[in-house]
Amino acid sequence: MAYSEKVIDHYSEPRNVGSLEKSDLNVGTGLVGAPECGDVMKLQIKVDPETKEIIDAKFKTFGCGSAIASSSLATEWVKGKSIDEAMSIQNTDIVEELSLPPVKIHCSVLAEDAIKAAISDYKSRNQD
Amino acid sequence: MKLPIYLDYNATTPVDPRVVEAMMPFFTESFGNAASRNHAFGWEVEQVVEDARESIGNVIGAGGKEIVFTSGATESNNLAILGVADFYQKKGKHIITSPIEHKAVIDPCLALEQRGYEITFLNVDKDGRIDLKQLEESIREDTILVSLMAANNEIGTLNPLKEIGEITRAKGVLFHTDATQGVGKIPIDVDEMKIDLLSMTAHKLYGPKGMGALYVRRKKPRVRLSPIMFGGGHERGMRSGTLNVTGIVGFAKALELSVAEMASEAERLTGLRQRLYERLSAGLDYIFLNGHPTERLPNNLNLSFGYVEGESLMMGVSDLAVSSGSACTSASLEPSYVLRALGVGDDLAHSSIRFGMGRFTTVEEIDYTAEKMIVAVKRLREMSPLYEMVKEGVDLSTVQWASH
Repeated sequence: MAYSEKVIDHYSEPRNVGSLEKSDLNVGTGLVGAPECGDVMKLQIKVDPETKEIIDAKFKTFGCGSAIASSSLATEWVKGKSIDEAMSIQNTDIVEELSLPPVKIHCSVLAEDAIKAAISDYKSRNQD
Repeated sequence: MKLPIYLDYNATTPVDPRVVEAMMPFFTESFGNAASRNHAFGWEVEQVVEDARESIGNVIGAGGKEIVFTSGATESNNLAILGVADFYQKKGKHIITSPIEHKAVIDPCLALEQRGYEITFLNVDKDGRIDLKQLEESIREDTILVSLMAANNEIGTLNPLKEIGEITRAKGVLFHTDATQGVGKIPIDVDEMKIDLLSMTAHKLYGPKGMGALYVRRKKPRVRLSPIMFGGGHERGMRSGTLNVTGIVGFAKALELSVAEMASEAERLTGLRQRLYERLSAGLDYIFLNGHPTERLPNNLNLSFGYVEGESLMMGVSDLAVSSGSACTSASLEPSYVLRALGVGDDLAHSSIRFGMGRFTTVEEIDYTAEKMIVAVKRLREMSPLYEMVKEGVDLSTVQWASH
Protein backbone atom coordinates (compact mmCIF):
# COMPACT_ATOMS: atom_id res chain seq x y z
CA MET A 1 0.00 0.00 0.00
CA ALA A 2 1.27 3.44 -0.81
CA TYR A 3 1.18 5.98 1.99
CA SER A 4 0.41 9.64 1.53
CA GLU A 5 3.27 12.08 1.94
CA LYS A 6 1.74 13.49 5.11
CA VAL A 7 1.48 10.03 6.71
CA ILE A 8 5.12 9.36 5.88
CA ASP A 9 6.10 12.76 7.24
CA HIS A 10 4.33 12.18 10.58
CA TYR A 11 5.64 8.61 10.76
CA SER A 12 9.23 9.66 10.07
CA GLU A 13 9.13 12.71 12.31
CA PRO A 14 6.30 12.25 14.75
CA ARG A 15 5.39 15.42 16.68
CA ASN A 16 5.06 15.37 20.45
CA VAL A 17 6.10 11.82 21.24
CA GLY A 18 6.41 11.24 24.96
CA SER A 19 4.58 11.29 28.24
CA LEU A 20 3.29 13.89 30.66
CA GLU A 21 3.10 13.35 34.40
CA LYS A 22 -0.10 11.37 34.87
CA SER A 23 -0.59 12.45 38.46
CA ASP A 24 -0.49 16.18 37.60
CA LEU A 25 -4.01 17.53 38.11
CA ASN A 26 -3.70 19.63 34.98
CA VAL A 27 -2.98 16.57 32.84
CA GLY A 28 -5.63 14.40 31.21
CA THR A 29 -4.72 10.96 29.86
CA GLY A 30 -6.60 8.98 27.25
CA LEU A 31 -5.70 5.34 26.51
CA VAL A 32 -7.75 3.80 23.71
CA GLY A 33 -7.60 0.71 21.52
CA ALA A 34 -6.40 -2.77 22.42
CA PRO A 35 -3.22 -4.72 21.71
CA GLU A 36 -5.13 -7.61 20.12
CA CYS A 37 -6.75 -5.16 17.67
CA GLY A 38 -3.30 -3.99 16.60
CA ASP A 39 -3.52 -0.43 17.82
CA VAL A 40 -3.29 1.34 21.15
CA MET A 41 -3.04 5.11 21.52
CA LYS A 42 -2.10 7.06 24.60
CA LEU A 43 -2.78 10.76 24.24
CA GLN A 44 -2.18 13.26 27.02
CA ILE A 45 -3.09 16.93 27.31
CA LYS A 46 -1.91 19.56 29.76
CA VAL A 47 -4.42 22.30 30.48
CA ASP A 48 -3.71 25.78 31.77
CA PRO A 49 -5.84 25.99 34.95
CA GLU A 50 -6.56 29.70 34.41
CA THR A 51 -7.34 29.94 30.70
CA LYS A 52 -8.49 26.31 30.23
CA GLU A 53 -6.34 26.23 27.13
CA ILE A 54 -4.44 23.07 26.13
CA ILE A 55 -0.83 24.13 26.47
CA ASP A 56 0.88 20.81 25.80
CA ALA A 57 0.07 17.42 24.32
CA LYS A 58 2.01 14.17 24.04
CA PHE A 59 1.29 10.79 22.54
CA LYS A 60 2.57 7.23 22.31
CA THR A 61 1.06 4.82 19.81
CA PHE A 62 1.32 1.10 19.09
CA GLY A 63 -0.07 0.67 15.61
CA CYS A 64 0.44 1.04 11.91
CA GLY A 65 1.94 4.09 10.21
CA SER A 66 -1.49 5.67 9.76
CA ALA A 67 -2.28 5.22 13.46
CA ILE A 68 1.00 6.88 14.42
CA ALA A 69 0.39 9.72 11.96
CA SER A 70 -3.22 10.21 13.18
CA SER A 71 -2.17 10.54 16.79
CA SER A 72 0.80 12.75 15.95
CA LEU A 73 -1.52 15.06 14.02
CA ALA A 74 -4.05 15.01 16.86
CA THR A 75 -1.47 16.29 19.35
CA GLU A 76 -0.49 19.04 16.93
CA TRP A 77 -4.10 20.12 16.50
CA VAL A 78 -5.18 20.16 20.14
CA LYS A 79 -2.28 22.32 21.27
CA GLY A 80 -3.34 25.92 21.72
CA LYS A 81 -7.03 25.03 21.57
CA SER A 82 -9.57 25.37 24.34
CA ILE A 83 -11.10 22.16 25.66
CA ASP A 84 -14.35 22.86 23.83
CA GLU A 85 -12.53 23.50 20.56
CA ALA A 86 -10.55 20.29 20.94
CA MET A 87 -13.78 18.37 21.58
CA SER A 88 -15.02 19.43 18.17
CA ILE A 89 -12.16 17.77 16.22
CA GLN A 90 -13.70 15.10 14.02
CA ASN A 91 -12.09 11.96 12.68
CA THR A 92 -13.10 13.04 9.18
CA ASP A 93 -10.84 16.10 9.54
CA ILE A 94 -7.93 13.73 10.20
CA VAL A 95 -8.88 11.49 7.26
CA GLU A 96 -8.91 14.49 4.99
CA GLU A 97 -5.66 16.02 6.24
CA LEU A 98 -3.72 12.73 5.97
CA SER A 99 -5.54 11.39 2.86
CA LEU A 100 -6.24 8.11 4.65
CA PRO A 101 -7.66 5.30 2.52
CA PRO A 102 -10.94 3.62 3.63
CA VAL A 103 -9.16 0.71 5.38
CA LYS A 104 -7.34 3.20 7.62
CA ILE A 105 -10.34 5.24 8.71
CA HIS A 106 -10.43 3.37 12.03
CA CYS A 107 -7.04 4.96 12.84
CA SER A 108 -8.62 8.41 12.67
CA VAL A 109 -11.59 7.25 14.76
CA LEU A 110 -9.17 6.03 17.39
CA ALA A 111 -7.34 9.38 17.40
CA GLU A 112 -10.64 11.23 17.90
CA ASP A 113 -11.50 8.81 20.72
CA ALA A 114 -8.09 9.44 22.28
CA ILE A 115 -8.62 13.21 22.33
CA LYS A 116 -12.07 12.78 23.89
CA ALA A 117 -10.77 10.26 26.43
CA ALA A 118 -7.97 12.61 27.50
CA ILE A 119 -10.38 15.51 27.90
CA SER A 120 -12.88 13.42 29.83
CA ASP A 121 -10.09 12.21 32.12
CA TYR A 122 -9.02 15.80 32.72
CA LYS A 123 -12.58 16.88 33.44
CA SER A 124 -13.29 14.03 35.83
CA ARG A 125 -10.24 14.96 37.84
CA ASN A 126 -11.09 18.66 37.91
CA GLN A 127 -14.72 18.74 38.97
CA ASP A 128 -15.41 21.87 40.94
CA MET B 1 25.27 -4.08 -1.71
CA LYS B 2 22.15 -3.12 -3.64
CA LEU B 3 19.08 -1.69 -1.93
CA PRO B 4 16.30 -2.59 -1.33
CA ILE B 5 17.21 -6.04 0.00
CA TYR B 6 14.87 -8.85 -0.99
CA LEU B 7 14.02 -11.06 2.00
CA ASP B 8 10.70 -12.48 0.90
CA TYR B 9 11.85 -15.71 -0.79
CA ASN B 10 8.93 -17.58 0.78
CA ALA B 11 6.64 -15.39 -1.32
CA THR B 12 8.49 -15.79 -4.59
CA THR B 13 11.99 -15.92 -6.06
CA PRO B 14 13.71 -14.33 -9.02
CA VAL B 15 14.14 -16.61 -12.02
CA ASP B 16 17.71 -17.90 -12.14
CA PRO B 17 19.48 -16.59 -15.28
CA ARG B 18 20.40 -20.19 -16.18
CA VAL B 19 16.67 -21.00 -16.16
CA VAL B 20 15.85 -18.05 -18.41
CA GLU B 21 18.53 -19.17 -20.82
CA ALA B 22 17.06 -22.66 -21.01
CA MET B 23 13.59 -21.25 -21.68
CA MET B 24 14.48 -18.75 -24.39
CA PRO B 25 14.47 -20.97 -27.53
CA PHE B 26 10.95 -22.18 -26.73
CA PHE B 27 9.42 -18.73 -27.07
CA THR B 28 10.50 -18.01 -30.61
CA GLU B 29 12.17 -20.94 -32.39
CA SER B 30 10.72 -24.13 -30.94
CA PHE B 31 7.30 -22.68 -30.36
CA GLY B 32 5.19 -25.69 -31.36
CA ASN B 33 2.18 -27.05 -29.53
CA ALA B 34 3.18 -30.25 -27.77
CA ALA B 35 -0.19 -31.71 -28.72
CA SER B 36 0.39 -31.23 -32.45
CA ARG B 37 0.94 -34.83 -33.49
CA ASN B 38 1.30 -34.27 -37.22
CA HIS B 39 4.37 -32.14 -37.75
CA ALA B 40 7.92 -31.57 -36.65
CA PHE B 41 7.14 -28.46 -34.61
CA GLY B 42 4.88 -30.53 -32.36
CA TRP B 43 7.13 -33.59 -32.20
CA GLU B 44 10.13 -31.55 -31.16
CA VAL B 45 8.49 -29.91 -28.17
CA GLU B 46 6.61 -33.06 -27.22
CA GLN B 47 9.96 -34.74 -26.68
CA VAL B 48 11.25 -31.76 -24.69
CA VAL B 49 8.15 -31.85 -22.49
CA GLU B 50 8.46 -35.59 -21.87
CA ASP B 51 12.12 -35.22 -20.90
CA ALA B 52 11.23 -32.39 -18.51
CA ARG B 53 8.39 -34.48 -17.07
CA GLU B 54 10.78 -37.33 -16.40
CA SER B 55 13.39 -35.10 -14.79
CA ILE B 56 10.84 -33.32 -12.59
CA GLY B 57 9.41 -36.67 -11.49
CA ASN B 58 12.84 -38.04 -10.67
CA VAL B 59 13.51 -35.19 -8.25
CA ILE B 60 10.80 -36.49 -5.93
CA GLY B 61 11.39 -40.17 -6.68
CA ALA B 62 8.51 -40.46 -9.14
CA GLY B 63 8.14 -41.35 -12.80
CA GLY B 64 7.39 -38.84 -15.55
CA LYS B 65 3.97 -40.35 -16.19
CA GLU B 66 2.96 -39.41 -12.66
CA ILE B 67 3.43 -35.69 -13.25
CA VAL B 68 0.45 -33.53 -14.27
CA PHE B 69 1.38 -30.01 -15.29
CA THR B 70 -0.71 -27.16 -13.90
CA SER B 71 -0.62 -23.39 -13.61
CA GLY B 72 0.83 -23.47 -10.10
CA ALA B 73 0.42 -24.92 -6.64
CA THR B 74 -3.00 -23.37 -6.10
CA GLU B 75 -4.33 -25.28 -9.08
CA SER B 76 -2.46 -28.43 -8.04
CA ASN B 77 -4.01 -28.28 -4.57
CA ASN B 78 -7.48 -27.67 -5.98
CA LEU B 79 -7.10 -30.52 -8.46
CA ALA B 80 -5.84 -32.92 -5.79
CA ILE B 81 -8.53 -32.14 -3.24
CA LEU B 82 -11.56 -31.52 -5.47
CA GLY B 83 -10.47 -34.25 -7.89
CA VAL B 84 -10.06 -36.94 -5.22
CA ALA B 85 -13.20 -35.81 -3.38
CA ASP B 86 -15.29 -36.17 -6.51
CA PHE B 87 -13.81 -39.45 -7.71
CA TYR B 88 -13.94 -41.25 -4.36
CA GLN B 89 -17.25 -39.84 -3.10
CA LYS B 90 -18.86 -43.28 -3.12
CA LYS B 91 -16.16 -44.48 -0.72
CA GLY B 92 -16.66 -41.58 1.62
CA LYS B 93 -16.84 -37.85 2.12
CA HIS B 94 -14.42 -37.24 4.97
CA ILE B 95 -11.15 -35.30 4.57
CA ILE B 96 -8.50 -34.54 7.18
CA THR B 97 -6.28 -31.46 7.06
CA SER B 98 -4.85 -28.84 9.41
CA PRO B 99 -5.77 -25.24 10.25
CA ILE B 100 -2.36 -23.89 9.15
CA GLU B 101 -2.47 -25.17 5.58
CA HIS B 102 -2.28 -22.62 2.79
CA LYS B 103 -5.63 -21.13 1.78
CA ALA B 104 -5.31 -23.04 -1.50
CA VAL B 105 -5.89 -26.20 0.58
CA ILE B 106 -8.26 -24.85 3.24
CA ASP B 107 -10.62 -23.09 0.83
CA PRO B 108 -11.25 -26.08 -1.48
CA CYS B 109 -11.93 -28.10 1.70
CA LEU B 110 -14.41 -25.49 2.91
CA ALA B 111 -16.04 -25.47 -0.52
CA LEU B 112 -16.46 -29.25 -0.21
CA GLU B 113 -17.97 -28.80 3.24
CA GLN B 114 -20.71 -26.74 1.58
CA ARG B 115 -21.35 -29.69 -0.73
CA GLY B 116 -21.88 -32.15 2.09
CA TYR B 117 -18.34 -33.34 2.78
CA GLU B 118 -16.97 -33.41 6.31
CA ILE B 119 -13.60 -31.84 7.08
CA THR B 120 -11.52 -32.53 10.19
CA PHE B 121 -8.97 -29.90 11.10
CA LEU B 122 -6.26 -31.44 13.28
CA ASN B 123 -4.86 -29.55 16.25
CA VAL B 124 -1.43 -27.99 15.96
CA ASP B 125 0.90 -27.29 18.87
CA LYS B 126 2.59 -23.96 19.59
CA ASP B 127 5.33 -24.78 17.06
CA GLY B 128 2.87 -25.69 14.32
CA ARG B 129 3.31 -29.48 14.55
CA ILE B 130 0.40 -31.89 14.28
CA ASP B 131 -0.17 -34.77 16.71
CA LEU B 132 0.33 -38.07 14.84
CA LYS B 133 -1.80 -39.94 17.35
CA GLN B 134 -4.69 -37.56 16.74
CA LEU B 135 -4.23 -38.03 13.00
CA GLU B 136 -4.43 -41.79 13.35
CA GLU B 137 -7.50 -41.59 15.56
CA SER B 138 -9.23 -39.18 13.19
CA ILE B 139 -9.12 -41.57 10.23
CA ARG B 140 -12.50 -43.26 9.75
CA GLU B 141 -14.14 -45.74 7.37
CA ASP B 142 -15.31 -42.90 5.17
CA THR B 143 -12.03 -40.92 5.18
CA ILE B 144 -10.75 -40.54 1.62
CA LEU B 145 -7.90 -38.03 1.92
CA VAL B 146 -5.38 -36.57 4.33
CA SER B 147 -3.87 -33.27 3.14
CA LEU B 148 -0.91 -31.95 5.15
CA MET B 149 1.75 -29.58 3.88
CA ALA B 150 5.47 -30.35 3.69
CA ALA B 151 6.52 -27.01 5.13
CA ASN B 152 4.50 -24.04 6.29
CA ASN B 153 4.82 -20.90 4.19
CA GLU B 154 4.54 -18.46 7.08
CA ILE B 155 6.39 -20.07 9.95
CA GLY B 156 8.53 -22.63 8.10
CA THR B 157 7.57 -25.57 10.33
CA LEU B 158 8.06 -28.98 8.69
CA ASN B 159 5.56 -31.82 8.92
CA PRO B 160 6.85 -35.36 9.59
CA LEU B 161 5.91 -36.59 6.09
CA LYS B 162 7.32 -40.09 6.52
CA GLU B 163 5.40 -40.71 9.75
CA ILE B 164 2.21 -39.32 8.22
CA GLY B 165 2.66 -41.54 5.15
CA GLU B 166 3.10 -44.63 7.33
CA ILE B 167 -0.23 -43.96 9.01
CA THR B 168 -2.23 -43.11 5.88
CA ARG B 169 -0.86 -46.06 3.90
CA ALA B 170 -1.57 -48.50 6.72
CA LYS B 171 -5.13 -47.17 6.94
CA GLY B 172 -5.63 -47.21 3.18
CA VAL B 173 -6.26 -43.46 2.92
CA LEU B 174 -4.71 -41.21 0.26
CA PHE B 175 -2.04 -38.74 1.39
CA HIS B 176 -1.71 -35.40 -0.38
CA THR B 177 1.03 -32.96 0.54
CA ASP B 178 1.31 -29.34 -0.53
CA ALA B 179 5.09 -29.26 -1.00
CA THR B 180 5.22 -25.75 -2.46
CA GLN B 181 7.76 -24.60 0.12
CA GLY B 182 9.50 -27.96 0.49
CA VAL B 183 10.49 -29.18 -2.96
CA GLY B 184 14.04 -28.15 -3.80
CA LYS B 185 14.74 -27.13 -0.20
CA ILE B 186 14.35 -30.34 1.79
CA PRO B 187 14.71 -33.97 0.62
CA ILE B 188 11.38 -35.42 -0.52
CA ASP B 189 10.83 -38.94 -1.85
CA VAL B 190 7.28 -40.00 -2.60
CA ASP B 191 8.00 -43.73 -2.19
CA GLU B 192 9.95 -43.45 1.02
CA MET B 193 7.37 -41.05 2.47
CA LYS B 194 4.38 -42.92 1.01
CA ILE B 195 2.98 -39.76 -0.57
CA ASP B 196 0.15 -40.26 -3.08
CA LEU B 197 -0.32 -36.72 -4.35
CA LEU B 198 2.10 -33.82 -4.16
CA SER B 199 1.70 -30.18 -5.22
CA MET B 200 4.60 -28.04 -6.32
CA THR B 201 5.32 -24.79 -8.11
CA ALA B 202 8.25 -23.39 -10.06
CA HIS B 203 8.36 -19.81 -8.83
CA LYS B 204 9.39 -20.68 -5.27
CA LEU B 205 12.55 -22.30 -6.57
CA TYR B 206 13.91 -19.78 -9.08
CA GLY B 207 11.62 -20.87 -11.92
CA PRO B 208 8.89 -18.91 -13.72
CA LYS B 209 5.52 -17.96 -12.23
CA GLY B 210 2.36 -19.61 -13.53
CA MET B 211 3.95 -23.06 -13.66
CA GLY B 212 3.18 -25.94 -11.34
CA ALA B 213 2.70 -29.66 -11.18
CA LEU B 214 0.75 -32.28 -9.32
CA TYR B 215 2.28 -35.66 -8.69
CA VAL B 216 -0.39 -38.37 -8.95
CA ARG B 217 0.70 -41.88 -7.90
CA ARG B 218 0.14 -44.53 -10.59
CA LYS B 219 0.92 -47.70 -8.67
CA LYS B 220 0.22 -49.10 -5.23
CA PRO B 221 -2.16 -47.47 -5.02
CA ARG B 222 -3.26 -46.09 -8.37
CA VAL B 223 -4.76 -42.70 -7.60
CA ARG B 224 -7.73 -41.53 -9.67
CA LEU B 225 -8.96 -37.99 -10.06
CA SER B 226 -11.92 -36.24 -11.61
CA PRO B 227 -10.71 -33.25 -13.62
CA ILE B 228 -11.66 -29.74 -12.59
CA MET B 229 -10.75 -28.29 -15.99
CA PHE B 230 -12.36 -29.71 -19.11
CA GLY B 231 -11.29 -29.42 -22.71
CA GLY B 232 -8.81 -31.11 -25.00
CA GLY B 233 -8.07 -33.98 -22.64
CA HIS B 234 -4.40 -33.12 -22.10
CA GLU B 235 -2.43 -34.69 -19.26
CA ARG B 236 -4.30 -37.99 -19.60
CA GLY B 237 -7.59 -36.21 -19.15
CA MET B 238 -6.67 -34.87 -15.73
CA ARG B 239 -5.89 -31.33 -16.83
CA SER B 240 -6.95 -29.95 -20.17
CA GLY B 241 -5.16 -26.98 -21.66
CA THR B 242 -2.25 -26.43 -24.06
CA LEU B 243 0.99 -27.22 -22.29
CA ASN B 244 3.08 -24.26 -21.14
CA VAL B 245 6.26 -25.47 -22.85
CA THR B 246 8.51 -22.58 -21.84
CA GLY B 247 7.28 -22.89 -18.26
CA ILE B 248 7.81 -26.63 -18.22
CA VAL B 249 11.37 -26.28 -19.53
CA GLY B 250 12.09 -23.58 -16.97
CA PHE B 251 10.55 -25.63 -14.16
CA ALA B 252 12.71 -28.66 -14.98
CA LYS B 253 15.87 -26.57 -15.19
CA ALA B 254 15.06 -24.72 -11.95
CA LEU B 255 14.46 -27.99 -10.10
CA GLU B 256 17.64 -29.53 -11.48
CA LEU B 257 19.66 -26.57 -10.16
CA SER B 258 17.89 -26.50 -6.79
CA VAL B 259 18.44 -30.19 -6.17
CA ALA B 260 22.08 -30.10 -7.26
CA GLU B 261 22.75 -27.31 -4.78
CA MET B 262 20.25 -28.38 -2.11
CA ALA B 263 22.52 -29.75 0.62
CA SER B 264 25.09 -26.96 0.52
CA GLU B 265 22.43 -24.31 0.10
CA ALA B 266 20.42 -25.63 3.06
CA GLU B 267 23.53 -25.41 5.22
CA ARG B 268 24.36 -21.90 4.04
CA LEU B 269 20.80 -20.65 4.53
CA THR B 270 20.51 -22.23 7.99
CA GLY B 271 23.70 -20.35 8.87
CA LEU B 272 22.26 -17.05 7.64
CA ARG B 273 19.00 -17.70 9.49
CA GLN B 274 20.84 -18.37 12.75
CA ARG B 275 23.07 -15.36 12.26
CA LEU B 276 20.07 -13.06 11.81
CA TYR B 277 18.24 -14.58 14.78
CA GLU B 278 21.28 -14.29 17.04
CA ARG B 279 22.02 -10.71 16.07
CA LEU B 280 18.43 -9.62 16.61
CA SER B 281 18.24 -11.48 19.94
CA ALA B 282 21.43 -9.83 21.10
CA GLY B 283 20.20 -6.36 20.16
CA LEU B 284 16.59 -6.49 21.35
CA ASP B 285 14.47 -7.75 24.24
CA TYR B 286 10.97 -9.22 23.88
CA ILE B 287 11.46 -11.04 20.61
CA PHE B 288 9.70 -14.35 20.04
CA LEU B 289 10.35 -17.08 17.48
CA ASN B 290 7.28 -18.30 15.61
CA GLY B 291 7.40 -21.90 14.38
CA HIS B 292 9.61 -24.79 15.38
CA PRO B 293 13.15 -23.96 16.56
CA THR B 294 14.84 -26.71 14.50
CA GLU B 295 12.24 -28.56 12.42
CA ARG B 296 11.81 -25.67 10.03
CA LEU B 297 12.73 -24.56 6.52
CA PRO B 298 16.38 -23.53 6.27
CA ASN B 299 15.42 -20.19 4.74
CA ASN B 300 12.57 -19.06 6.97
CA LEU B 301 12.74 -16.95 10.12
CA ASN B 302 9.49 -15.67 11.60
CA LEU B 303 9.75 -13.41 14.64
CA SER B 304 7.37 -11.33 16.70
CA PHE B 305 8.81 -8.06 17.99
CA GLY B 306 6.80 -7.40 21.13
CA TYR B 307 5.00 -4.07 21.58
CA VAL B 308 5.68 -2.97 18.00
CA GLU B 309 3.11 -3.31 15.22
CA GLY B 310 4.25 -5.12 12.08
CA GLU B 311 3.14 -2.72 9.40
CA SER B 312 4.69 0.30 11.08
CA LEU B 313 7.85 -1.74 11.52
CA MET B 314 7.96 -2.53 7.81
CA MET B 315 7.52 1.19 7.11
CA GLY B 316 10.57 1.80 9.24
CA VAL B 317 12.70 -0.62 7.23
CA SER B 318 11.57 0.43 3.79
CA ASP B 319 14.77 -0.80 2.16
CA LEU B 320 14.02 -4.34 3.35
CA ALA B 321 11.42 -6.45 1.54
CA VAL B 322 9.89 -8.63 4.27
CA SER B 323 6.32 -9.59 5.13
CA SER B 324 4.18 -9.43 8.24
CA GLY B 325 1.31 -11.32 9.85
CA SER B 326 -0.15 -8.04 11.01
CA ALA B 327 -3.79 -7.41 10.20
CA CYS B 328 -2.91 -4.08 8.66
CA THR B 329 -1.02 -5.84 5.89
CA SER B 330 -3.92 -8.08 4.93
CA ALA B 331 -7.06 -7.23 3.03
CA SER B 332 -9.21 -8.90 5.69
CA LEU B 333 -7.84 -6.78 8.57
CA GLU B 334 -7.42 -10.04 10.51
CA PRO B 335 -4.01 -11.03 11.84
CA SER B 336 -2.36 -14.18 10.48
CA TYR B 337 -4.63 -17.22 10.86
CA VAL B 338 -1.54 -19.43 11.04
CA LEU B 339 -0.14 -17.63 14.09
CA ARG B 340 -3.58 -17.62 15.71
CA ALA B 341 -3.88 -21.38 15.23
CA LEU B 342 -0.56 -21.77 17.05
CA GLY B 343 -2.01 -19.90 20.01
CA VAL B 344 0.17 -16.85 19.43
CA GLY B 345 -1.76 -13.94 20.95
CA ASP B 346 -3.28 -11.45 18.54
CA ASP B 347 -0.98 -8.76 19.91
CA LEU B 348 2.11 -10.78 18.94
CA ALA B 349 0.57 -11.83 15.62
CA HIS B 350 0.30 -8.12 14.79
CA SER B 351 4.00 -7.82 15.64
CA SER B 352 5.29 -10.62 13.43
CA ILE B 353 7.77 -10.32 10.59
CA ARG B 354 8.74 -13.10 8.19
CA PHE B 355 12.27 -13.09 6.80
CA GLY B 356 12.72 -15.36 3.78
CA MET B 357 16.30 -15.90 2.68
CA GLY B 358 17.41 -17.38 -0.63
CA ARG B 359 20.00 -18.10 -3.27
CA PHE B 360 21.11 -14.51 -3.67
CA THR B 361 21.10 -13.49 0.02
CA THR B 362 24.52 -12.55 1.38
CA VAL B 363 26.03 -12.30 4.87
CA GLU B 364 26.46 -8.58 4.30
CA GLU B 365 22.73 -8.24 3.62
CA ILE B 366 21.87 -10.18 6.77
CA ASP B 367 24.08 -7.96 8.91
CA TYR B 368 22.58 -4.85 7.38
CA THR B 369 19.10 -6.26 7.98
CA ALA B 370 19.81 -6.98 11.64
CA GLU B 371 21.19 -3.48 12.16
CA LYS B 372 18.24 -1.77 10.47
CA MET B 373 15.70 -3.89 12.32
CA ILE B 374 17.21 -3.13 15.71
CA VAL B 375 17.18 0.62 15.06
CA ALA B 376 13.59 0.54 13.76
CA VAL B 377 12.25 -1.58 16.63
CA LYS B 378 13.95 0.61 19.24
CA ARG B 379 12.58 3.77 17.65
CA LEU B 380 9.02 2.41 17.57
CA ARG B 381 9.27 1.13 21.13
CA GLU B 382 10.21 4.66 22.19
CA MET B 383 6.75 5.65 21.00
CA SER B 384 4.94 2.49 22.09
CA PRO B 385 2.59 2.95 25.05
CA LEU B 386 2.70 -0.83 25.58
CA TYR B 387 6.46 -0.97 25.90
CA GLU B 388 6.34 1.95 28.32
CA MET B 389 3.72 0.19 30.45
CA VAL B 390 5.65 -3.08 30.50
CA LYS B 391 8.80 -1.24 31.51
CA GLU B 392 6.81 0.40 34.33
CA GLY B 393 5.86 -3.08 35.51
CA VAL B 394 2.26 -3.09 34.27
CA ASP B 395 0.87 -6.52 33.41
CA LEU B 396 -0.87 -5.81 30.09
CA SER B 397 -3.27 -8.70 30.55
CA THR B 398 -4.79 -6.96 33.59
CA VAL B 399 -5.52 -3.71 31.73
CA GLN B 400 -9.15 -2.99 30.79
CA TRP B 401 -8.73 -2.22 27.10
CA ALA B 402 -11.33 -0.18 25.30
CA SER B 403 -11.70 -2.57 22.37
CA HIS B 404 -12.99 -1.26 19.10
